[in-house]
Order: sequence, then C-alpha cells, then structure tokens
Amino acid sequence: MSDAVETTVETVETLHGCPVVSSRGQRVVLVARENYVATVKALLADGYDMCVDLTGVDYLGMPTRSVGAGIQPERFEVVVNLLSLTLRDRLRLRVQVPESDAQLPSLFDVHPGTEAHERETYDMFGITFTGHPDMTRILMPEDWDGHPLRKDYDQGSIPVQFKGSHS
Amino acid sequence: MSTIISAGTNEGGQELRSRSELSAKELFREVGAVLRLSEAEAAKLAEVQTEAPEDQTMIINMGPQHPSTHGVLRLMLELQGETVLRCKPIIGYLHTGMEKTGESLTYMQGGTNVTRMDYLSPLNNELVFSLAVEKLLGIDGEIPERAVWMRMLLSELNRMSSHLLFLATNGMDIGAVSMMLYGWREREEVLRFFQKVTGLRMNHNFIRPGGLAADLPAGWRDDVLEILENLPSRLEEYDILMTGQPIWRDRLQGVGAITAREAMALGATGPILRSTGVPWDLRREMPYLRYDDVEFDVIVGQHGDAYDRYAIRFNEIRESMRIVYQILDRMPSGDYRIQNKKVTPPPRARIDESMEALIHHFKIFTEGFKVPEGEVYVAIESPRGEIGCYIVSDGSSTPYRMHMRAPSFVNIQALPHMMRGGLVADAVAVISSVDPVLGEVDR
Repeated sequence: MSDAVETTVETVETLHGCPVVSSRGQRVVLVARENYVATVKALLADGYDMCVDLTGVDYLGMPTRSVGAGIQPERFEVVVNLLSLTLRDRLRLRVQVPESDAQLPSLFDVHPGTEAHERETYDMFGITFTGHPDMTRILMPEDWDGHPLRKDYDQGSIPVQFKGSHS
Repeated sequence: MSTIISAGTNEGGQELRSRSELSAKELFREVGAVLRLSEAEAAKLAEVQTEAPEDQTMIINMGPQHPSTHGVLRLMLELQGETVLRCKPIIGYLHTGMEKTGESLTYMQGGTNVTRMDYLSPLNNELVFSLAVEKLLGIDGEIPERAVWMRMLLSELNRMSSHLLFLATNGMDIGAVSMMLYGWREREEVLRFFQKVTGLRMNHNFIRPGGLAADLPAGWRDDVLEILENLPSRLEEYDILMTGQPIWRDRLQGVGAITAREAMALGATGPILRSTGVPWDLRREMPYLRYDDVEFDVIVGQHGDAYDRYAIRFNEIRESMRIVYQILDRMPSGDYRIQNKKVTPPPRARIDESMEALIHHFKIFTEGFKVPEGEVYVAIESPRGEIGCYIVSDGSSTPYRMHMRAPSFVNIQALPHMMRGGLVADAVAVISSVDPVLGEVDR
C-alpha cells in the first residue's frame, strides 16, 4: 500500500456557499445545519435528483476529528448521499448535529424517499427530524429505551434461558 | 449485562392510524400527495379521501406471517371493500442490529456479517463491503486482474441465482406453482457451483478485502459452461409457461404501476426504476470492476408495472449469461488476491516453515489490520438495486461505523404508492414484484 493514502484534504471549492472537501476522491459537501434543506433544494435544481441514502454517525469517541476549517465538530453527524442520474455523479453531504439539540429539518418535502431513512436515523441515534410526517421508530419496538447505534449504548447481551439447562 | 441509556423518547405508535385520528394534512401526506404530483392527480386523491367515510373502511394486517410477504413483512392495509386505500409497511421483525455488530468485528470478519443481510445475493454484499474497505486502504487500484474478473463472475452468477429465485417466488405468488419448483431447481444448480467454489451454498464470506478467499477450483470452467448451456432451453420453457399466457398477463399487466418521477422521488433503484423507463444501471452508468470491458444491454420497461418488473428480471438473467460467457473467454491468469503483507495472510505452506509467517497469520486473524482514518461510500448494482456501503474508520482495525444502504429497505417505501387504488388480491403481486429481502430490510 502506498504511504500517501489520501485523507480528507481541504480544497478551495465551494458549492452553494458550503465548503467541498475530498475524501478518498469522493466529493463531500460540509453543510451547516441552517442551510441544510436550502442546499439540498439547490442541489436538486442542479440535477442531483435522487437522495439514495441518509444515515447518522455518532462521533462520541472521536471528539477532536477534523471536519474542515471553520466547522465545529459536533457529536452527531447526518450523512446524505445524493445521486444525479443526468450528471452521473455522486455527492455526499455531512451535517453536524449537536448532542444538546439533536434535531434537523426533514428532507421529506424535497426527497420523499428519505422517509424511512430519517425514521431509521431517529430510531438508531435519537436525532429528531422536524417536519417529518411520522417520526416514529422503524426497526426497534416502539416501547424500546435508548438508541442502539449511539456509542454509549452498550452492545450487551441478553441472558438466554435454555430449556433444561442446569444454570 | 447491558446498560441501557434512556434518552427520554416519546415515539408514539408505528401503526397505521384510523382516519378519525388523522388531520386532513396528515392523511394527505400518508396517501402520497407529497410525491410531486400534478394538481389533477392530487385532486383525485382528495376525492378518494372523501369517498370513504371511516365506517366503510377497514384496517387489516397482512403479515408478518403471511406466506407471500417473503419473510416477516407486515402490511397494514386500509380497505374499502376490495380496494386498497392506504397501506403502511411495518418492518423491524428481523432486526438483529447488524450495523452495531459490524462495529465490533474487524475488517477481516466483517464479510461474515454483511453476507447475511441480503441472503439471496450474498456475494454482492461482500463485494460492496470489500470495495469500500479497499478504497479506505487506498489499494482499490492494485487488486489483481484475476481477482477482479473472478468477482465479476461470482457477482453475475449470483444475480442469475437471485433472479431465478424471483421467478420461482413470483410464479408461486401469482399461482403458477410449477414455476416455483423450476425456479428453485435452476437456482440450486448455481448454488451447487458456489458450494464447489466457496464451500457454502449461501453466506460465503468468499470475497474479502484484498481479493478472494481462494482460487477457482479445477474444472470450474466446465461447471459454469454446464449451467450456461442448460439454462437457455429452460428459460424458453418458462417464457412459454408464463410470459405469453393470458392469465399471467392479466394478473401482472397494469398492476402496481409507478411513474419514473415517483420512483426517483422515492429513491427506488434497480428493476423498479428501470421498469419505469429510466435506463439506470450502475454497471453501465458508473462502472466498477471491469464492467466497462464487457458487452451487455440494460433492460428497460416502459409501463412501470409488475409485468415490466418481471420481464426485466427475466431478461437480466440472459444478459448476465452473456456477461458470464465473456468472462469465461477473458478470465486472466494470475493471483486471486493482492500480495500486500498488511492485508493478505501468508500462504498455508509458509506457516509450517516460518515463525514470522505464523505470527503474521495469527495477528491478521485475531487483531485484524488497521485502516487509515476516513469515510467512504461505495455503491454497486445488486439484483435489487443500488447496494451501498458507508464506512467510517477511526484508524483502528474495526469500522467506527458501518452502514449498508439496502436496496430493499428503500424499495419497500414504494409499496404504498403501488398499491393505492388497487385490489387487495393484487397486493400479493405487487409485493412479489418489488422482490424485497427482509434480511436486508431490517438488517
């Protein structure tokens, strides 16, 4: 393997006022929470007509990571993958979401296909999407406590009682 | 014991609520008015809403144990007589936290986890995971040619086996039960080849970061040729058995229709998107492996109905066979995995001779290898659509976060839009035509 593995490097490129960085050759737009929906709408007008994926990451264990100049790293991050069928291009959006106010406007009105993804992100990370029509759990039972993909949620194990076992 | 951190959530029910509990706006959204519909279409939806007072509709559950829901999918249907007014898929019955599990498995072990997601095309899951890890390691350009072509061979054979199983289950759901037996039979022949190559029929963990677990066994070419030579005449038979039959056509044509705009807005990919006339196939539009070196056609429908989705999958088997023939001609010789001391365990024979090789082997399989910090999203075309893998690495030997963009998870969102206004008897045909794998939906 070459020593010059490319890490997230700063570039001067901006897109709709948001800095664009390159991660392993893939373009990543770092969006502020205030401009999140507006940027996705502007990108939709630019031809990024499909939102293929939306997910969250809990950076509890990496508080000092670099996310680009001028951007305050927060505990949660929402990652949106956009796809353009006409430009044959992908674009990734990363939005910082603070732990104290874990919410983000919903993309439902721009890309209705994010409905299930946002519910999943809410279920797994506890990030609320305001304006979502049905902000309920999707994978876990509805009376479940906690959000399993958070880093402070122990993987744990459930003791299984086997029939006829001596313990 | 596990410590559960309560975040003080207030979720509410996940279920389809009755009309009296919903505001007009919520109801409007639930029936899909948000899907960038024209004024006229939205007005038509509003009519449906007023036509059905609550005492004339009924909310019933289909599943999670219904045999034609392909696993544990539960659909809540609001019916007026035989007509489906609303539908809400309820999932999660098979959720086992595979993304959480993936965070504690090394990159070497990760394959065993992801291969169990879409259990009908396990090799494609392993492929996308391996491609993502290789991109993070920066070795994605150094994979030996033979490994790349072997991956293509396995991926295409897996597409064939998955689509053959679709033909089987689709036939069974519509009532052509003999097709079920034929489909399983052909799939079994492909699986027999997989067993010979990987040792297992399913959940292979054969495609690994850096290459593959082993080389192709002696005589593999004859085995593949046998599959390829037997299949065309049988596909002809199924064509006669189903495609041309008036009953078959009546059950599928015009059922579960969806427009290209709707499919794109919902994020649907794969045969669902192609059935609406959008020629989008990642193998051709954003080629990975060596798909730009082989010739094949992207099959496209035009009506976006269940029949088109059936026909697309049927013909994709033939296209995959075309690709496999080309792979047989061009399979290069060479190594089946990258010779990189960091990622590749030493060969078995070296372990007997060299203490260092033994230690190295032991360390790779216990500690794993470290992957530089970064994040990457890689997507390929699985039989069901775009399967993507998003990995965040913190520089250790396990992924900090591993997320799979499962095509079935997204495609299932299209069900309410396909079923709305249709008959409850067509619901089975619609589910079947989406071809969801619940292992992948729930992960």
